[in-house]
Amino acid sequence: MTEIVNKPYGASFKKYASQNKNILCLSGDLTSSCEVDIFRDEYPKQFVSMGMAEQNMMSFAGGLAMSGFTPFIHTFGVFAYRRPYDQLLASIAYPRRRVRIMGFLPGITTPAGMTHQAIEDIAVMRTIPNMTVIETGDATEVESICEQADSVDGPVYCRILRGGVPRLFDSPLKIGQIRILNSGSDILLITSGICTEEALRARASLINQGISILHLHIHTFKPFNEDKILDLISNIKLGVITMENHLVNGGLGTTIAEIISKHGLSKKLIKLGLQDTFAHGGSKQYLTKYYGFDAYALINSIEKFIGQKLNIEEQDLEKVRIENVHSLSKAEAL
Amino acid sequence: MKNILSSEQIALGIRRRVFEHCIKNNGAYLSQACSSAEQLAWLYNEALHLGDSIAPSIPDEFQGVPSVSNKNYKTGAGYNGPNTKDYDRLIFAPAHYALVAYATLIEVGRMSDEGLSMFNKDGSSVEIIGAEHSPGMEMHNGTLGIGLSTAAGIAYGRKLNNEKGETCVFMSDGELQEGQIWEAIQASVYYKLDNLWAIIDVNEQQVDGAMADVLDIGDINKKINSFGAKCIEIDGHDIDAMRQAKNEKHDGRPLIILARTSPYKGMDFLKTRFPRLHYVRFKSEDERNKMNKEISKELGIDPIIY
Repeated sequence: MTEIVNKPYGASFKKYASQNKNILCLSGDLTSSCEVDIFRDEYPKQFVSMGMAEQNMMSFAGGLAMSGFTPFIHTFGVFAYRRPYDQLLASIAYPRRRVRIMGFLPGITTPAGMTHQAIEDIAVMRTIPNMTVIETGDATEVESICEQADSVDGPVYCRILRGGVPRLFDSPLKIGQIRILNSGSDILLITSGICTEEALRARASLINQGISILHLHIHTFKPFNEDKILDLISNIKLGVITMENHLVNGGLGTTIAEIISKHGLSKKLIKLGLQDTFAHGGSKQYLTKYYGFDAYALINSIEKFIGQKLNIEEQDLEKVRIENVHSLSKAEAL
Repeated sequence: MKNILSSEQIALGIRRRVFEHCIKNNGAYLSQACSSAEQLAWLYNEALHLGDSIAPSIPDEFQGVPSVSNKNYKTGAGYNGPNTKDYDRLIFAPAHYALVAYATLIEVGRMSDEGLSMFNKDGSSVEIIGAEHSPGMEMHNGTLGIGLSTAAGIAYGRKLNNEKGETCVFMSDGELQEGQIWEAIQASVYYKLDNLWAIIDVNEQQVDGAMADVLDIGDINKKINSFGAKCIEIDGHDIDAMRQAKNEKHDGRPLIILARTSPYKGMDFLKTRFPRLHYVRFKSEDERNKMNKEISKELGIDPIIY
């Protein structure tokens, strides 16, 4: 049974920021939604409420960094780049301000639909010069994100998981590192964020099927560990599957495609994720299935590679972890 | 650093320098010099508490953009002196006024004449639209509307650090059309940033022409005051009025001075180009000659030889 950690970000941010007095906690009217309400109440001097004014928040954060502080911006991922993109570039990215942007509700992890779903944030952020881009995939990674993000001399964008978050890994996140979750030589499966937990649902069913799968978990999109990946892709027999809680254009799948083409590797690539489409509002389970990046879609992709059916039915997969919409671990606001 | 010249003399010097540049290069941001010369002269000569320049008198060539590997990177803030607790910090918001800023730096002895000859030359840091690395600049403001928010962030940080120095923003009225400006005023009022102040060159001009015809923004004094900042409206060519405005008490809130100006002050002949004054490029050799003759006379100099 997977351990579920309740609000790992809220606790770890408090621990980290309370020990680093030059950190300022900025919030764009999403304080409890980003789990920093307890920090606000206990350390009001380190908290700066910016209201619903993201353009100002980005440039203001740049100014705070210019006077020696390290702002941690808390908002939903979408609000960190869609409206204030110009400010993000001019006030934070270009001058390499030490601003840490904590983007909550990555991809389809919100039922609030298009306006709340950051589905192209990685694509946008990883093309911005000077930006470091990280995505958390479990509670341990969320717990280590503040310290890791703060170790970067420049701006950082992080996709943060909130509420009840499963613990999948024992070791903390280290920027640039790639986690090897399963070794194999036929198919290279590369997952990130919530897709790693989803892919693990298929693990038991794939044992004794005669296919060997090398499974990697990626958390650092930029700087991307190209050397390591290149080596692993080169040695794989059938091909590569990427699975991401993001558009397949511009994110993980594209990153891998760029490496494959750059080095002239002759490998097939199946990209699971949102296929050039917006999503609508719904649960994570419903949306990953509807848009074809759940564990069963992964099984289907593996079947494509080996050219035969695996005789695995949807009900054979490990049970989906259903999040209780009204549990205490869920923030009240969307 | 106090200049031996009066602010009025410096303002005249700024106009002459920018005009000369405009005639020689067949175009320049000329009307901006007309409207803002007194404000920039007063800021550098009197209003701001700045240390001596720590930047090279002749600007460095372009040293590359900020990146992990660029160890040489510096902004142009060094021309405004060192960044220390007690000194003021100037954010130059309308980057299109760069030429006027450079002329000012020369007039107050912070940059040498040669600096202007590097203007808009390939490989030069003295860029046509002020960049972070351009003399007197500390950030990119070519995208209008981000300066006041940045200055508010700096001022907030300086309050936390108990710094004596103030943060000043030189702005232009066109950028008040951007929503971000109002977000910035909102935040600086909420956080009682009385160590923040701005002077806005209200010349009522923007690229497409007179602001009233492009997108009228109404009574900005009333708007800013109702947002909670202390707003004072003055004649932007009257340096005494600036001195008084700056002395107004604004405890617990930012001060915003609206400097009402004329885009052809000191160069009345420019009126012939109204209302397209954003960038003056001569339509013919005849116009160039005529402007050279007429405006030189107004500025009390011989026609420019080019």
